[in-house]
Amino acid sequence: MDNTYYNPADLAKFGNISELQPEMGRKFFDYYGEVFKEGALTEREKSLIALAVAHAVQCPYCIDAYSSDCLQKGADENQMMEAVHVAAAIKGGSALVHGVQMMNKIKELTM
Amino acid sequence: MSSTIKSLKGRHHQLADSAFQLNVLQQPMRQGGRFPVFAERLRENGLYPLKPTGTTILQVNMGKMCNQTCKHCHVDAGPDRKEIMTRETMALCLEALREAPQITTIDLTGGAPEMNPDFRWFVEQLSALGRQVIVRCNLTIILANKKYHDLPLFFKQHGVHVISSLPYFQASRTDAQRGEGVFEKSIKALQLLNEAGYGKENTGLLLDLVYNPSGAFLPGSQASLKAEFKRRLKNGYDIVFNDLFCITNLPISRYLDYLVQSGNYDSYMQKLVEAFNPAAAAGVMCRNTISVGWDGYLYDCDFNQMLDLKVAQKATQHIRDFDAAILDMRHIVLNQHCYGCTAGAGSSCGGETVK
Repeated sequence: MDNTYYNPADLAKFGNISELQPEMGRKFFDYYGEVFKEGALTEREKSLIALAVAHAVQCPYCIDAYSSDCLQKGADENQMMEAVHVAAAIKGGSALVHGVQMMNKIKELTM
Repeated sequence: MSSTIKSLKGRHHQLADSAFQLNVLQQPMRQGGRFPVFAERLRENGLYPLKPTGTTILQVNMGKMCNQTCKHCHVDAGPDRKEIMTRETMALCLEALREAPQITTIDLTGGAPEMNPDFRWFVEQLSALGRQVIVRCNLTIILANKKYHDLPLFFKQHGVHVISSLPYFQASRTDAQRGEGVFEKSIKALQLLNEAGYGKENTGLLLDLVYNPSGAFLPGSQASLKAEFKRRLKNGYDIVFNDLFCITNLPISRYLDYLVQSGNYDSYMQKLVEAFNPAAAAGVMCRNTISVGWDGYLYDCDFNQMLDLKVAQKATQHIRDFDAAILDMRHIVLNQHCYGCTAGAGSSCGGETVK
């Protein structure tokens, strides 16, 4: 695994980012912990959102972590795949909606 | 049903041997290094040696015979297991209980305890002693044979507290763990228990469910899962229940086999070790429970029983020599599987141990 950019074992070392900047690291993890606490959204709903975002940003660490976390929080497979579709729809939609900009440009440049 | 699957013992599997299981638990990680020794973690937190806080629960394993062969079963129970408690041993339990009024709860487990031919006699005797009786009912037993159909009414007659496993509110994960068709039968059995008044308000008839993960992950928050189970079972099947207990799967017996076979053993142990919680360790069930094996031997818990780790007090290792005062002075026998009870919010037969 040494010759790849992503090593699954590095996920467990996430906390080590504080070593080079303890204060910011601490603030980040405090914030992170606060965000995922049960609030207006349940912990399970937040985990599903995180899973969807993980796919949108294509972070393998996050996909690994939040697939596991969603299972742990009792989400079912349908919910998890629907969350991924939401990410895909937004990703696809965000590409397609720029088609309007393209159409505007076409209109501008053509007779 | 998964009843065609044999137990580890029936397959002459190496993991049917408790010494072999303990050996696996001592092995170094594949990537090198060793998991920290559980007893050392307790020592670091001022909990070693681990001592009882006073025995109030007697958990009686009535035998390894079961109508199901669940993939994660720590008992390695199944239809091919014939070891069951005799009436003579049950009588010894009753004798011990008469001398120990501080033991207010008797927790009957198995296998499927109802399959023991003296099960009903034992419940009647325990009920006459005025103790709270818990039966860990796997639900499908109620439908397995005509002779079990009246179990909900029998339970009701003796005020039995029913605790039943239902690892998920859908068939997929339930059947993956407990066998094909188990979910549908469990739902039917829960409806029958509800019809008898179990799980309903103001009946005093307690029906609790046990959630344990169908895979190599830890249980989430008990409160959150309880709310989701309540919603899904009510909306989907008009089922009500009282409480939900989250139990972490311990790395022994068939669950250990699953972890090893699926390549998840190291990462699962790592999760347990990382989630070690001193507050959960302080509340582990072995501090207020004594577990009796089908043959009358005594253990700190049902898991130690399956690993053949008897209580450390040699003078009182069998129910015939039961002495609560001596047992309450014992040092609880520990091993690496104990990490399962101290992870996160803790795990016990009554669910989370950190309230």
